[in-house]
Amino acid sequence: MVNKGSAATSASTDDFIKGLWRDNPVFVQVLGMCPVLAVTNSGINALAMGLATLFVLVLSNALVSMLRHFIPRQVRIATFILIIATFVTVVDYLIQAISLDLHRALGAFISLIVVNCLILGRAEAFASKNSVGRSILDGLGMGVGFTFALLCLGGVREILGNGSLFGVALFPAGFQPWIVMILPSGGFFTLGLWLLFFNYLKSRRQARQALAQEVGV
Amino acid sequence: METASHGSAPPRPASWPMYRALVGVGVACGLLIVSVYVLTLPVIARNEAEALQRAVLQVLPGAVAKASFVFAADGSFHPAGGAATGAETVHAGYDAAGQLVGVAVEGQGMGYQDVIRILYGYAPQRQVIVGMQVLASKETPGLGDKIEKDAAFLANFQSLDVRLAADGENLQHSIEAVKQGTKTTPWQIDGITGATISSKAIASILRQGSAQWVPRLHARQADLVSSGGPNGE
Amino acid sequence: MNNDSLWSIFLNASLVNNFVLAYFLGICPFLGVSGKLGTATRMGGAVCFVMLVSSVCAYGIHHLLLAIDAPYLQLISYIVVIASTVQLVEMFIKKMSPTLFRALGIFLPLITTNCAILGLALFQTNKGYDLLQCVVYALGAGSGFTLALVLMAGVREKLELATVPDMVQGTALTLMIAGILSLSFMGFAGLGA
Repeated sequence: MVNKGSAATSASTDDFIKGLWRDNPVFVQVLGMCPVLAVTNSGINALAMGLATLFVLVLSNALVSMLRHFIPRQVRIATFILIIATFVTVVDYLIQAISLDLHRALGAFISLIVVNCLILGRAEAFASKNSVGRSILDGLGMGVGFTFALLCLGGVREILGNGSLFGVALFPAGFQPWIVMILPSGGFFTLGLWLLFFNYLKSRRQARQALAQEVGV
Repeated sequence: METASHGSAPPRPASWPMYRALVGVGVACGLLIVSVYVLTLPVIARNEAEALQRAVLQVLPGAVAKASFVFAADGSFHPAGGAATGAETVHAGYDAAGQLVGVAVEGQGMGYQDVIRILYGYAPQRQVIVGMQVLASKETPGLGDKIEKDAAFLANFQSLDVRLAADGENLQHSIEAVKQGTKTTPWQIDGITGATISSKAIASILRQGSAQWVPRLHARQADLVSSGGPNGE
Repeated sequence: MNNDSLWSIFLNASLVNNFVLAYFLGICPFLGVSGKLGTATRMGGAVCFVMLVSSVCAYGIHHLLLAIDAPYLQLISYIVVIASTVQLVEMFIKKMSPTLFRALGIFLPLITTNCAILGLALFQTNKGYDLLQCVVYALGAGSGFTLALVLMAGVREKLELATVPDMVQGTALTLMIAGILSLSFMGFAGLGA
């Protein structure tokens, strides 16, 4: 995104890494909120949703990048949406074939990946302007960052709301779980707290940078 | 999509790339979807059949094999052909000796949060419901979803009385849910404290389902037994 | 196939299972547009209208796909129809009321990626509603969405006058408020059952 002029064609690890932390789609860009809140009521659901989104993101980035010289500007959004919807349908059937229980748990939210602003955003902002290799790395990075964010939320919600993590009970039987964490409001609260934490980290980093500049580096 | 070729001095060449792109991508996407669909269809069908088999064997304790039957539109009752699902399909369970254990029927109704789907097993010889399993529910986790796991609640369905009245058309007593611990008759369901509405929903689904299915199945039990047992499930 | 009463469908869609606060659909506009009461109401109205039209179209498409036995095209056709509907609504509003068009501005195209519209189409298909039930469901969902948006906008406008710690400002605070709103909407559960 920044090194357009010089290394515009060579893939770099930065394309992958930026999606993990610095440009994390959920915590920094605040994109793709709907599934983040909806399917993170347990660790397994969060992981599955993250991987499904990663799959769609990488493939659609790759295809959009491959076709980028072939798609005229005026119809680009329509074609992007077509491509994304195709891969989401593919993922939907793949998940049904792998595990019906998982498919029932994720429900309509697999199909809703198609309106995840993250995927359309990356196709528009990156894949349509860069090589296939870099687009794939970008998709991988964003997807892993997205999965990481989902796991943060899912993990906290499941531990506090169910006393388990990925189905493994962590607390003794007498533990009274904090039910609200599994409910929709818990999703809002948890995400709000995580954003708060990231704001705190950002403000601390800014303060440190300001201090370094004052001192004269 | 709407900015097509408005002030188009060279109309033909300008819109051709767009049509080419849209149609080309559309066709490629369509092909991809169709191939994945065709490839995964048998796997998905097998998964669903296995899940149904597991559920049926669970609500009919002692059954090891199942066979599906369907009430046809013309009133006849015969073994189901290929597709083993549908509103008029029931599943009979047989034990190791080939004897009929009972019939599993699907039911659904409104719960506290959303629709609840259940599968329950009916034993026509003893005129009781022998098992109940929740197939799909969105009840409140930790509260309403106890209907799925609470052992004491599930014990209600090991021998729930659904005997027919003398006329053979209606049940003698309709199923109802009562407060936890106040169950006195075999056609009552001990509710779960804190999940009253969910418990009542289960009772209501069973009440309507049994009123609709028990008379018909009881009348047809000879067909179920005499079909010769499981037909290769 | 579905025999819910129309009133219970409406109540369920607008209050008990509010699209924003219970199903987490439409969060992006919910977080982005709920700063001012005026824009919130207008966005809610636009979403209501698009939901109504898309719901009817989705019903038609679903039955068409059933007739030609192509269920795998469901997602693509829904999203294409929604995108086209938004486009049509935009042109319609531009012709009918240029002032409203200017007021809505960028919000209208944003509705395309609003998961609430697609979610509505998918949910009503799964529940097997007939045409009248679909329309009522869309009305309920739209009014529920507008209600949540308006409530949030009202609270946020008041909060602008209060002192809020720097770290909490912005999206974090909006999410906390949404959590409390969602909690209060849970009180509607069981209504109409």
